[in-house]
Amino acid sequence: MRRRSLQWVGIAAATAVIAVFPLLVTDPTATSIAVFTLVFMVSAAAWNIFSGYSGYLALGHAVFFGCGGYAVALAARDWHVTGGWAVFGLLPFGGLVAGLIAIPVGLVALRTRRHTFVVVTIAIFFIFQLAATNLAFTGGTSGILLPIAPFSAANFNQPFYYVAFAILIATVLASWGVRRSRFGLQLLAIRDDEDRALGLGVKTRRLKLIAFVISAVPIGMVGGLYFYFVGQIFPQFAFDPLFDLSIALMAFLGGLGTITGPLLGALVLESLQQYLTQTFSSNATYLIAYGVLFLAVILVLPRGVVPGIAHWLDRRRAQARPLHTTDREGKVPTGVAGAAP
Amino acid sequence: MSSTELLQAIVDGILTGGVYALMAAGLTLIFGVMDIINIAQGVMVILGAYLSYVLSVHLGIGLLPGLLITLPVMFALGMAIEFCFMRRLRDQDRTQMSILVTYAVAIVIEGVLTAIFGVDFRQLQASYVNSSVHMLGFYLPVIYLIGFALAVILLAVLYYGLYRTKFGRAVRASLQNRTAADLIGIDVNRVRTISMGIGVAVTAVGGMVFGATNSFNPNTGYDLISRLLAIVILGGMGSIGGAMAAAVFLLVINDVVAVAWSPTWAPLVYFAALVLVLSIRPQGLFGRTAARAQ
Repeated sequence: MRRRSLQWVGIAAATAVIAVFPLLVTDPTATSIAVFTLVFMVSAAAWNIFSGYSGYLALGHAVFFGCGGYAVALAARDWHVTGGWAVFGLLPFGGLVAGLIAIPVGLVALRTRRHTFVVVTIAIFFIFQLAATNLAFTGGTSGILLPIAPFSAANFNQPFYYVAFAILIATVLASWGVRRSRFGLQLLAIRDDEDRALGLGVKTRRLKLIAFVISAVPIGMVGGLYFYFVGQIFPQFAFDPLFDLSIALMAFLGGLGTITGPLLGALVLESLQQYLTQTFSSNATYLIAYGVLFLAVILVLPRGVVPGIAHWLDRRRAQARPLHTTDREGKVPTGVAGAAP
Repeated sequence: MSSTELLQAIVDGILTGGVYALMAAGLTLIFGVMDIINIAQGVMVILGAYLSYVLSVHLGIGLLPGLLITLPVMFALGMAIEFCFMRRLRDQDRTQMSILVTYAVAIVIEGVLTAIFGVDFRQLQASYVNSSVHMLGFYLPVIYLIGFALAVILLAVLYYGLYRTKFGRAVRASLQNRTAADLIGIDVNRVRTISMGIGVAVTAVGGMVFGATNSFNPNTGYDLISRLLAIVILGGMGSIGGAMAAAVFLLVINDVVAVAWSPTWAPLVYFAALVLVLSIRPQGLFGRTAARAQ
């Protein structure tokens, strides 16, 4: 009971801090890093709805990021949307396009399992990247310019920040809803043993596809927001292999399959990445520092930060507890997260 | 398009396919023995190319004699990575974690190469790099022939080692069932370390040929690894023969499309062929039907 109320206090505090952050910190460098971080928090949380719960490691979600971005850019250009709040109204359209594209992609990719699935998603990702570079309507390598946002220079980042924050809240609620539902349990069953789940009557195919589509929609929306914020869209940024790996890494670092893990991972990693880019002027030093840090964290906390810390806390609590208590309960402290009374 | 052009494209595809087969064989060997997907294989090929570059430009050692130095160096690197990182991974999620760890290794190698060489594109030079011979009506670039010959020799050695020696039997035993191999007295850890060394060592040869036929910079590894993964998956993970067949198949498709249609769309057809084959045969061309239960 105490643990649950503590959780609610933590969630409320975190939400409040994110909500007032741009009011307290007005430095444009810091707030633009914050916008990028929110975009990645949404992406990692959305990716986790599919990959974290079902155990299928998808390394092609940049397809949805790019498609959402292109959908918004093309819509703004062809429907002559002027810059301002109207462009934010196109974001659901970006999410819809990403979701629609996820249906055929998922149908093809989900015929395979495990590492074959990983490689098929990578291959599909490259097909989209090449198509965006070579097709005429995407503007090729020169890309497309998005409308210029008319916000005042002092508070330019704020609208982007709050729209991204709203998408983040919706995504986390969706993730939480899925996790607590029968649907979420069925996904976890697929992760643990797909054949047995199928044998027990879980409609694995349909469920995997639905989760895949759900995870694509928020990424499409923040894709639109990201490129509106940056001002233009190119194939090499829209379909970036580093995006695929980054969001997977964030979810892994935080804790795959947990609700808060991907958020924490994205918060730490994206702000750190931006910080390192600005600290080390040379790209090489940045790469080495990032890679070494990344290796260290994986080897020290192989389960991810959130489950790792929970495990460590439980072990400490189990050690601190006097022995006779466990004897009376007739239970041996297992040290598994969530086993504490 | 004339039929000579088509035949020429097919021959080119087979020759380059041999070199890709060698690099992919290393990847598939590592996967087969250890359930590890080595994302760094692409960057290691580039590292091999840079090693050859340093030896030939700064020390005046030719590309072919240089292999006597680069092969052991890459072998040692592979063993070191297995010893330092792979050994610590837990068995349950070994494949997924290995993707992350080797990706981090790839980033570090890319960073080190960028720090030393910068991002300018380079290419390996030797007297035989730009010459070609005219044989049976085809123009065959000498470097492709050398690469193909080296690939065939090394693959033959690899095949002999795996199927005709005691160590090869130990490797195959650990590949089939690691607990049973342990029980009959095979030092599985040692087998794994050496296998990783061999799997990485082939990138020295791959890198030399790749560097002589393509211009490269530290970033080129990512394009390469996606192609190698495509080959390995198409051939069936863990199957060296499958990797060879898939490499030749995909490279021939790539080169024929480049001639018949356009070079810009060739990679797209390459990946589309992969997706198409896998949606019909998810286990790959020569893969074991039932993948090992995780």
